[in-house]
Amino acid sequence: MSPRLAKVIINGLLVGGALVALFPLLWMLSVSLMHPGEADALPPPLFPAHATLYNYQELFVRAGMGRYLLNSLLISTAITLLSLGVNLMAGYAFAKLRFAGREKLFKSLVGMLVIPAQVTMLPLFLMLKHIGLVNNYGGVIVPAMASAFGIFLVRQYARGIPDELMEAARIDGAGELHIFLQIVMPLLKPIMVTLAIFTFLTAWNDFMWPLIVLTGQEHYTLPLGLASLAREHAQDSELMMAGSVITVVPVLVLFLALQRYYLEGLLLGSVKG
Amino acid sequence: MNRQRAAWVFLAPAMVVLGVFFLLPVIAALGLSLTDYDLYALADIHNLRFVALGNYWELLHNPLFWAALGHTVYFVVVGVPLSMGASLGAALLLHSPLARCKPFFRTALFAPVVTTVVAVAVVWRYLFNTKYGLANYVLGLVGIHPIDWLGNPHWAMPAIILFAVWKNFGYNMIIFMAGLQAIPADLYEAARIDGASAWQQFRHITLPMLGPTLLMVGILTVSGYFQLFAEPYVMTEGGPLQSTISVLYLMYNEGFQWWNLGSASAIAFLLFAIMFAVTASMLRWGRRGEEA
Repeated sequence: MSPRLAKVIINGLLVGGALVALFPLLWMLSVSLMHPGEADALPPPLFPAHATLYNYQELFVRAGMGRYLLNSLLISTAITLLSLGVNLMAGYAFAKLRFAGREKLFKSLVGMLVIPAQVTMLPLFLMLKHIGLVNNYGGVIVPAMASAFGIFLVRQYARGIPDELMEAARIDGAGELHIFLQIVMPLLKPIMVTLAIFTFLTAWNDFMWPLIVLTGQEHYTLPLGLASLAREHAQDSELMMAGSVITVVPVLVLFLALQRYYLEGLLLGSVKG
Repeated sequence: MNRQRAAWVFLAPAMVVLGVFFLLPVIAALGLSLTDYDLYALADIHNLRFVALGNYWELLHNPLFWAALGHTVYFVVVGVPLSMGASLGAALLLHSPLARCKPFFRTALFAPVVTTVVAVAVVWRYLFNTKYGLANYVLGLVGIHPIDWLGNPHWAMPAIILFAVWKNFGYNMIIFMAGLQAIPADLYEAARIDGASAWQQFRHITLPMLGPTLLMVGILTVSGYFQLFAEPYVMTEGGPLQSTISVLYLMYNEGFQWWNLGSASAIAFLLFAIMFAVTASMLRWGRRGEEA
């Protein structure tokens, strides 16, 4: 095969693949701008005849989408900030502080990665019901405040910090908290960004646990609101596409802005793990 | 504050959260699965009875459990190879020195991964619409009659698998790309000098060198695909004729629709045991392959 032909085939396949990957997303955006009923036609229209924001207006004014959006933002931000602090401290301790039983404890932490979260869901629901966290933002936020994966990720990264930096500070009489905040934290910035995007995206996209624990519509996140709308408004494709756009665009924008950190974290979490 | 104590102070919040909200529930789930915890026990805990392995015994005699397991295994057995094949194909294309605009294609192919399952499942539900869906329209152009994708028990699971492959292949693609970059270029150089064709190079250099990555990706993908839930929940609601009820969907219904929390815990544990057995044997099989 001539190199020229190979080049055409490879790039052709890439264009085809990219089209398949992006088409549903572009189509979603296009249909969300159509008038009600416009998409139900043969052949299926690709572009709106007269673009309109009617569906978005309808979602925010009538379907309470604004509330779901705020709930999603609130829950995902809270989980990201809280778990970032908790996982950073623990990951640093596993990587750089010597204490009795460190290796054993870390091994059991890695062992926990094997257990699927769904096993915990039934007792966790009963527990949270008992302490009044069912149908409460706390029911989603509190169990997500620490993650074995996050701690693992921070530890892998923090092991690269030279011990001399901390030793020098200790000789100068710096306290452990001071060392962590002033010396270690600045060095952990890249992994902080990585972990933050990962956590935010996971929290934003999460479905099963919020579905179980957020029983009232006033606490619904976007995926829950969208799933319940999809059952009521199965026929209104244009409205549902607008709902999907609102749900997907924030995470897509976040990913595009911080792509490098996200992909690095993905590799750090799996290949080296 | 000495260093030992500092370590425990730094660890304490994480250990408390993971202990109370993860480890404790895992143990409690095992206990719960040995009881008949149901709506009556939820109202008054005195109605709770210990049933030993009764829930497990009943599940093994429940056709719905076997059906759900069958659907899940179908999803895993067909979905994982397709998904990994697409990932590897895309990674090979992107890795080729002949490929242009690599950053753009990488981002485009990866984009579905970061989207919300529920939102894109809603989109695909319309793409699979029998009358107005684009899937059937495109098939119609080449003369294939419309398929009732989500309304026909034979086609619903394949439709969900296609969706899942589209949604997930970008993730493993990134891992495979890193794996391909780690293969020394002089291996290919030597093979070319010996006159090896592109296929021979792939078969005898790329695949063996990628072995450990393939194994790890395979294990992670299998355990991820066993946890099928949101896709059928949104696209088919488990139908038609319960043909897309997965094990987790059954657990959700049993636990949070009918409030049989004891029996639902048993389902969760059985799924965990099956996942563990499958991934552990993959690991053993893979390691043996490496030694041989």
